[in-house]
Amino acid sequence: MSDKQKQKNLRPKDVKGTLIRLFSYFRFNKSLFFTGILLVFVSSFAQIEANAMLSPIIDALVVYDDMNRFIKYLMVMVILVIVISVGQYLGSLFMAKLAQNTVHKIREDMFSHMEKLPISFFDSHAHGDLMSTFTNDVDMLGQSLEQSISQFIIAVVSVVGTFIMMLILSPILTVVVVAMLFVMFLSVRYVGKRSAMYFRNQQAALADMNGYIEEMMSGQKVVKVFNYEERAIESFNRKNEEMRKASTKASTYGVMLMPIMGNLSYVKYALVSMFGAFLVMKSRITVGNIASFLQYTRTISRPITQFSNQLNTLFAALAGAERIFNVLDEEVEEYEGDVRLVRDEKNGDYWKVPKENGEYDKVPLKGYITFENVNFGYVENQKVLKNINLYAKPGQKIALVGSTGAGKTTITNLINRFYEIDEGVILYDGIDIRRINKLDLRSTMSMVLQDVHLFEGTVADNIRYGRLDATDEEVEEAAKLANAHYFIKNLPNGYNTFLTADGGNLSQGERQLLSIARAAVANPTILILDEATSSVDTRTEKLIAEGMDKLMEGRTTFVIAHRLSTVRDSNAIMVLEHGEIIERGDHDDLMRQKGRYYDLNTGKIELE
Amino acid sequence: MKTLLPYMKKYWIYAVLSPILMILEVLADIIIPYLMSRIVDIGIVNHDIDFIVRTGIIMIISALLAMAFGIMSAHAGARAGYGFAAEIREDVFKKVQSFSFANLDTFTVSSLITRLTNDCNTLGQVTMMSLRMAIRAPFLMLFGLIMAFKINSSLARVFMITIPLTVFSMIAILKKARPLFRSMQTRIDKVNAVIQENLIGIRVVKSFNRQDYEEKKFKRRNDSLRDVALNAISTIIFLMPMLNLIIYSTIIAVLWFGGQQVRIGTMGNGELISFITYITQIMMSLMMISMFFMQLLRGIASGGRILEVLGTESEIKEIENPVKNLNNGSIAFNHVSFKYPGSREYTLKDINFHVESGEMLGIIGSTGSSKSTLVQLIPRLYDVTEGAVIVGGKDVKEYDIKVLRDQVAFVLQKNTLFSGTLRDNMKWGNENATDEEIIKALKQAQAWEFVSKYEDGLDHWVEQGGNNFSGGQKQRLCIARALIKSPKIIILDDSTSAVDMTTDAKIQKTFKEELKDVTKIVIAQRISSIKNADRIIVMHEGQIESIGDHETLINISPIYREIYESQEKGVVGE
Repeated sequence: MSDKQKQKNLRPKDVKGTLIRLFSYFRFNKSLFFTGILLVFVSSFAQIEANAMLSPIIDALVVYDDMNRFIKYLMVMVILVIVISVGQYLGSLFMAKLAQNTVHKIREDMFSHMEKLPISFFDSHAHGDLMSTFTNDVDMLGQSLEQSISQFIIAVVSVVGTFIMMLILSPILTVVVVAMLFVMFLSVRYVGKRSAMYFRNQQAALADMNGYIEEMMSGQKVVKVFNYEERAIESFNRKNEEMRKASTKASTYGVMLMPIMGNLSYVKYALVSMFGAFLVMKSRITVGNIASFLQYTRTISRPITQFSNQLNTLFAALAGAERIFNVLDEEVEEYEGDVRLVRDEKNGDYWKVPKENGEYDKVPLKGYITFENVNFGYVENQKVLKNINLYAKPGQKIALVGSTGAGKTTITNLINRFYEIDEGVILYDGIDIRRINKLDLRSTMSMVLQDVHLFEGTVADNIRYGRLDATDEEVEEAAKLANAHYFIKNLPNGYNTFLTADGGNLSQGERQLLSIARAAVANPTILILDEATSSVDTRTEKLIAEGMDKLMEGRTTFVIAHRLSTVRDSNAIMVLEHGEIIERGDHDDLMRQKGRYYDLNTGKIELE
Repeated sequence: MKTLLPYMKKYWIYAVLSPILMILEVLADIIIPYLMSRIVDIGIVNHDIDFIVRTGIIMIISALLAMAFGIMSAHAGARAGYGFAAEIREDVFKKVQSFSFANLDTFTVSSLITRLTNDCNTLGQVTMMSLRMAIRAPFLMLFGLIMAFKINSSLARVFMITIPLTVFSMIAILKKARPLFRSMQTRIDKVNAVIQENLIGIRVVKSFNRQDYEEKKFKRRNDSLRDVALNAISTIIFLMPMLNLIIYSTIIAVLWFGGQQVRIGTMGNGELISFITYITQIMMSLMMISMFFMQLLRGIASGGRILEVLGTESEIKEIENPVKNLNNGSIAFNHVSFKYPGSREYTLKDINFHVESGEMLGIIGSTGSSKSTLVQLIPRLYDVTEGAVIVGGKDVKEYDIKVLRDQVAFVLQKNTLFSGTLRDNMKWGNENATDEEIIKALKQAQAWEFVSKYEDGLDHWVEQGGNNFSGGQKQRLCIARALIKSPKIIILDDSTSAVDMTTDAKIQKTFKEELKDVTKIVIAQRISSIKNADRIIVMHEGQIESIGDHETLINISPIYREIYESQEKGVVGE
């Protein structure tokens, strides 16, 4: 990603729209929202009143020398203070609850939306970016929500309320204050603009450096092997220096606002003292009034300062919110399909195919797969599969071989409708798979992929992933089939051993065996094995193969593999090249043909 | 923590200036309420306009001076803080570059990333905050107290109650909040873990139709996070209102007692007003101090993690006057045994074999038989526990490590490419490689056939991790990268598993013909990959089961025979 692009990521494109959408989330917590706002409103208002009370309290002493009056006003202040404290506490609490509930809902929505997105979305978006949107952006949003709403209200109430009080007390002094406020506003704008720019620079430099760190740390072993250390240090130092300069600048401008605003406020304080003194001498206002006014100068500028400090982070949070909404706006995968699967233990599962006249056909679930003239490309005008025709009967093992990128994995992406074909038709038991409900379709298939993905949980949980209601016996049976049972028994807690993320505490081979067990327990009609045993040595593969044969009995299997041993006894082998099937037949047929299949295995034959 | 101080050396001026300027700012600010009280008590009372104006102007100048000091202090603080963080980060990165494989295993990649990013950042921010807050707040408080006592010492005694009360309550609240926040962090990690799993394994989720299951799992953790977060935040929320309450209560108390004194004339009105101003100032400073302590704790934790890295030494050490030249590519293992640091079991036991320069050695054996470990001892990625590895006639420990690793090319099992152009990646093998040399290596690795098809050729962009290439392509590129080194020894650790047999055979042919003088060590799963080796080692559970060439092994090694048969005759037994 270029630097410019990275910077743009911090500017929200449509502030108004994003804010409106955010606010619409508050409807789930209406009472919290309105009560919270009310409380914040009331407490900030009370705060202004409390400051205003200083004036009559002091005057009661100085001007009127009236103890009763003094006590009366003091009591009012006490009540106000109680109101402020309770109001502030409850108000902040409600706002925090609102923020947490909102973030909770957003997280929930994001996750369930993500689960429904098509595979094409995941293939076309960097997983790191998605992760960042889910975590960083949501966190930032939560923090901003909690503080910004309250602070905004406090700022508005304080400013407006204080302004009115000041006006009532003394128009002249108010003019003085407003003049200074204008100066302060100009300074905020000047510093604010620079601060925002340097803040974005800093974030970009940070992203750049962090990206480099991540790459270098992950590939540290390669660095060692190639004596790349010096060069890595050089590159890193350059980025580190960039980061230092950008951070220093950003921080300077960011922090600078405080002494500027604080001291301009003191200038205001000085002016109010001076002019106030004149006015007292002319008997236009009282000494007590000065006290109040001085407090007002503080209460009017502090919330503005605090809020403008937050602006940078607020904008970054809004930019994050936009990214969140972009994900939520992505189109989901439709499970459409009027053909449904019916599970019937007694008579056998079948497809319920609706007819035009409202009745149903019952087509038994067998596992016939037919590809007729199938064409497909991930990107328009770039066909990955051309004119594919193949036919598989239940219980047959069809092997797909060919060089990397020839389209083998793509075929499996199409069978379970991770992607939809462009032209042609795929028939499942004679039914166009586009008519079959996706969830039902996939429930009859099991995939064992090259990249094994396991989940946090026990070994048994992971195997049960194939079928949630599998009994312990069924789980063990599946494990035995995959030859995983023995190593599982040797684990510290056997089947109840907890696996860390992605099965990190197991070897590559063991993870693959588990993945095979998982597929086995699902009892599928169609089995897809994509380089399922590439990480397993040939001895273990042989052990699995015996079980696999049992697993494959009566099921239609598609196998993608490089190893001759895996492919050799298939009922039909399809050789793919540049998306087309160029040879087909069983092993002996193809060897006789001395074509591509023969070539691919030539390495072995030549050496014989 | 003190050990980290030297990193400030480059920026010490700023580190000193920042607090000094801060103090000046504070001094300039402190005076202002005091001057205001004089305007009221002297200026107004005596109707002395001149005095009022003069004092007012002094106040304004003071404020402007304070502003200047404040800005300069902010800048100095930023320079010191971020400079400090940058120096530390540089050293930590350098340190990691010097780590051995064993060190990297101990620390794990993700924790190293966190230490370099989050922890260094935290240190920088805490330093910056310390330079400002740690000086400003106590000073403000101290001067405020002095002024308050100066104005009216009896009234100022109210602080003797207020301050301890505030401190006590703040500590109580923070103490309660800390474990809650830690618990919140754990919940956050758990939520993120599910998200991560689903992002990576979405295909598995969808093909097994586990969307509902995952959503329920997520909901449980999300709900838990919200509950704990609310708990934690509710505790912290007490702080501000409580502080406000204390401040206002103090003000009310002062008004009551001070009011009496004003009535009887032992205190001026102006004094009362400025006293009230100081109350707010003192209490706010107190709060800043406690905030600072919280940050300091975070900083100390981060500092600790950084010191862990800085204090780690690689166990691979170079001798004085190392040999700077490798005579030839012969290799010998003499009674080599190895166990991983901290492990009780031996991974390799009594390994003995030798390879002549230019020969090809094949290594085969079941998963987990420690083949990778064995070859990693050759370029000293790990050191032997017992015995010696002899390369080019000398113990590997005698060589200059850089020279050794330049001459021994290693293609790891996990093929990592880096973001950049293909040319950049290839140049990892040799900074000064010309395009011709690069193309030659690509041809030898059978990678030119697909690289030549790219419009931008060698300028073709490689995504992070090399994700825009297929498994087989990545392997071939990594082999090419290693070949560019023009090494005396090349080690391929299962580097052709994703490559089809024809290509594999072509690579072998090229190696045999064009790399005659290079010692080739190949670890493989396929017999076909190593069949033509001059020597083959069959590994089993960390020991050599047999050594010999292909024909010999078929006769004497049951393991070899089994592998051979399973590959030749197909999976279903004859």
